[in-house]
Amino acid sequence: MVLRTMAFAATLIAATGGAYADEHDVVKVGMITTLSGGGAGLGIDVRDGFMLAIAQSGNTNIEVVIEDDQRKPDIAVQLADEMIQSEKVDILTGIIWSNLAMAVVPGAVAQGKFYISPNAGPSALAGRGCHPNYFNVAWQNDNLHEAAGAYANTAGYTNSFILAPNYPAGQDALTGYKRLYEGELAGELFTELGQTDYASEIAQIRASGADSVFFFLPGGMGISFLKQYADSGVDIPVVGPAFSFDQGILQAVGAAALGVANTSQWSKDIDNPTNAAFVASFQAEYGRLPSLYASQGFDAANLILSALERADVNDADAFRTALEAAEFDSTRGRFSFGPNHHPIQDFYVREVVQEGDIFTNRIVGTALENHGDVYAADCSF
Amino acid sequence: MTREAVLNSAVLMGLFIFPLWAWVVDEPFLITLATKTVILALAGVGLNIALGMGGLVSLGHAAFFGIGGYAMGVLASHAQSYDPILQSPILIEGTRSMPIIWLVAILTSGLAALAIGALSLRTSGVYFIMITLAFGQMLFFFAISWPAYGGEDGLSIYVRSEFPGLNTLDPIQFYAIAYVILAGVLLFAFRLRQSPFGLALNAARQSASRVMTVGMSPYRLQLVAFTLSGMITGLAGALFADLNRFVSPTMFSWQTSGEIMVFIIIGGVGRLFGPVIGAVLFVILEHVLGGISDYWLIYLGVLLLFIVLFARGGVIGTLVGRQASHD
Amino acid sequence: MSLILFIEQVLNGLQLGVMLFLMAAGLTLVFGVMGLINLAHGSLFMIGAFAAAAVAGSTGSFLLALMAALAAAAAAGALIEVLIIRRLYQRDHLDQVLATFALILIFSEGTRWVFGSFPLYLNIPTYLSGPVTLPGGIQYPLYRLTLIIIGLVIALGLHLLITRTRLGIQIRAGENDREMIAALGVDISKLYTIVFAIGAALAGLAGALIGAIQSVQVGMGEPVLILAFVVIVIGGIGSVKGALIGSILVGLTDTLGGLLLPALFRQFLDVSSAASIGSALASMLIYILMAAVLVVRPTGLFGAKA
Repeated sequence: MVLRTMAFAATLIAATGGAYADEHDVVKVGMITTLSGGGAGLGIDVRDGFMLAIAQSGNTNIEVVIEDDQRKPDIAVQLADEMIQSEKVDILTGIIWSNLAMAVVPGAVAQGKFYISPNAGPSALAGRGCHPNYFNVAWQNDNLHEAAGAYANTAGYTNSFILAPNYPAGQDALTGYKRLYEGELAGELFTELGQTDYASEIAQIRASGADSVFFFLPGGMGISFLKQYADSGVDIPVVGPAFSFDQGILQAVGAAALGVANTSQWSKDIDNPTNAAFVASFQAEYGRLPSLYASQGFDAANLILSALERADVNDADAFRTALEAAEFDSTRGRFSFGPNHHPIQDFYVREVVQEGDIFTNRIVGTALENHGDVYAADCSF
Repeated sequence: MTREAVLNSAVLMGLFIFPLWAWVVDEPFLITLATKTVILALAGVGLNIALGMGGLVSLGHAAFFGIGGYAMGVLASHAQSYDPILQSPILIEGTRSMPIIWLVAILTSGLAALAIGALSLRTSGVYFIMITLAFGQMLFFFAISWPAYGGEDGLSIYVRSEFPGLNTLDPIQFYAIAYVILAGVLLFAFRLRQSPFGLALNAARQSASRVMTVGMSPYRLQLVAFTLSGMITGLAGALFADLNRFVSPTMFSWQTSGEIMVFIIIGGVGRLFGPVIGAVLFVILEHVLGGISDYWLIYLGVLLLFIVLFARGGVIGTLVGRQASHD
Repeated sequence: MSLILFIEQVLNGLQLGVMLFLMAAGLTLVFGVMGLINLAHGSLFMIGAFAAAAVAGSTGSFLLALMAALAAAAAAGALIEVLIIRRLYQRDHLDQVLATFALILIFSEGTRWVFGSFPLYLNIPTYLSGPVTLPGGIQYPLYRLTLIIIGLVIALGLHLLITRTRLGIQIRAGENDREMIAALGVDISKLYTIVFAIGAALAGLAGALIGAIQSVQVGMGEPVLILAFVVIVIGGIGSVKGALIGSILVGLTDTLGGLLLPALFRQFLDVSSAASIGSALASMLIYILMAAVLVVRPTGLFGAKA
């Protein structure tokens, strides 16, 4: 087992003449994320955002161990075992997908480790299955869909056609949209996971007489849908969560996405100094625009760093309190944790625009302010 | 003792000593890794009964691996939530007991193998490969879209199932369980090979018409072999689920079928210990190559290609020479 | 449900069917002539799509992109035939499955290494975009209509190639008796390379055509490959006619099943569970179709030998 270890500690201790504490005080963070196969783009963004924040902090007492889960739950569980049993990490983070998080998180926190989620926020971990050592720094899965529902109300839509893949996150997406949306439904469809042809769904949308379309189709599914939708001549306005309009895939969708409204907790034009510095330094470091996943990785690292400054990770209670305080400068501006350790934050409506050759998003409004999640009520530590 | 028997004993000894060493030097993760190896080897030994003895190239064995896994997942999740599986007409409760889970896994995957085999064995050759692949995909899609047991998210089981008298959460004790099962199944496969049934199956693989002239039905022989094969792979699936304390539709994916087959090829088709050696090498490669490069699958592909093209008979064939050919 | 929606769905099923045919035709030819099962056929589909996306990105021409897809897939096909596949003809199916499984790993990760992990951009040319109005007031995308026509034209071309040309005679002879045509002085290894390259080119073309309306990404080939397997099992392995009929059958079953099953369940279930159970069953429908065909005809609809 060779681990790809990024040890900033050793080299920098030499450079600074050992100003920092000795090896025993080095905090080990284990990052399990998707770096190969389908969906690797998301994991790479989280990792790059995370490592950027670590590098910028100048904190040499952190060692980050990064491993690739190949998007396979069984591999993720084994990596978690390896990190806890052999590497003896203090904190785990990095998982992109809800199903992998469900496989890893309950076991990891039961063994006394902290888990900071930079992406997945399944409802089971926000409600009855919540745990004091589990923090989500991105969103609860329903949030972006709820924001889309709220936006549909303000946009005056009263007859939505909604669709998502037939798997738990897809079912949650439609539930989330319907939670705040007040109008009627022109139709409700579940597609196959990994489906690439949406001709049939688009025909049903055309025939339904809807005044708006809400869809949650992450990754390649969204690219296919948008391209086919734009070509079909159906001109019913579309709204969706940011996942299908993220920086990593917008270039592949191209002009088909122009003008589409999507909801997100982050955008590169959120006006605060942290965000401006993040966008500029990310671009300088990696030669591409950051995505929302990169911003989540960046925020996750800064949250951990802020808590480490205030408490020793070996003192679990103190460290937990320090995490709860969330005293770091988020790229999103206002940010705090709710009672179930999930974010309370603002959700924006963005629009896809073209800047030169690059397709990207800009904020056109706010969908929800200071929004938490409904599962918090079921959570008691 | 033949050279193959020497090699087999060495492997069995190695799988006995390595975890003990890891236990002594306190490297629990190495034990976990060894447990994974042994369980994957078990799945391979199951497939090898169909593939090596019966000549049935099944590209759908992930179906049985997955069914075994879900047998464990469903039973344990009901035990976890104290919510009975069925209330009427009879009360069926979930369970955490490994022996019961294994029995259910073996029975359900055996039934599925009987059904899939009965349909698929009407065909042969390349049709058989494709139809088993397609049945595997069918169950994969079913597992993903059926919401009751987690769909694509899978099912998390927080505590490993129990075995009377042992603490299964201790890696070395769980390893011991898996090791004993593997050894038992290897013994079974060895005896099966020498039995009248095994000899007849072997004859059916080489020449179906000759078997028919002596009044036996190749279809029935192959169906029995396919069912036995599915049962063992199903048992491996249940153990794999307990190892990870998690089941998901990935267990049903066609890549899983491909990987199980890869173990057999690396080790040597039709060899008793082929899947065991293959699984050992696969797990080592996965960890060594995976540590060197994000693109480690390229190297695995090249290696596989090399074995298929130039090292026929796999590792065992290369080491001990060709005596049991598969064609 | 309106008649217009139904007709539109039939067209969609047809379009899916003819694209599956492009994949299935190559698979079935390669099996018929060389007796080889090629799992890496999906990788050739992916190579076509990536070549098209790369060329369209640098030249802006969709036609050039299609040619590049044909050329790249044919070249990749010929290359692996000469280097690797050729050594597998005399092997059993198990070796073929394994070697071509290894090729998938190499092609997929190799493509990711060259092009990165993010999907590529490939779009419909402006002259083919947007909908057209068909008789009866049906709005249908021009591009999909073009796909149906291209698919049918290629099916016809393939039919003529096999029945009317010298190459076709050799192919048919090769399906019947491999040793005999070698004895007759046909350069058999060249014939095999050509057949394999034709199959690869068709897969590459399908990849490029489909890539323009879907996303061009690593792993896009395997789901199509499995559908194509279902197609040729239904149609009968080795039969090009069977592949065409099987493709259209699978295309229609898949599309209409996805429409009709949820509608059927809505009669006695609430909307959400009808949608979820209906689509779960719809995704299994083509496999059930396949099983049903095999129970009646174990060698498929037009298969001669097992």
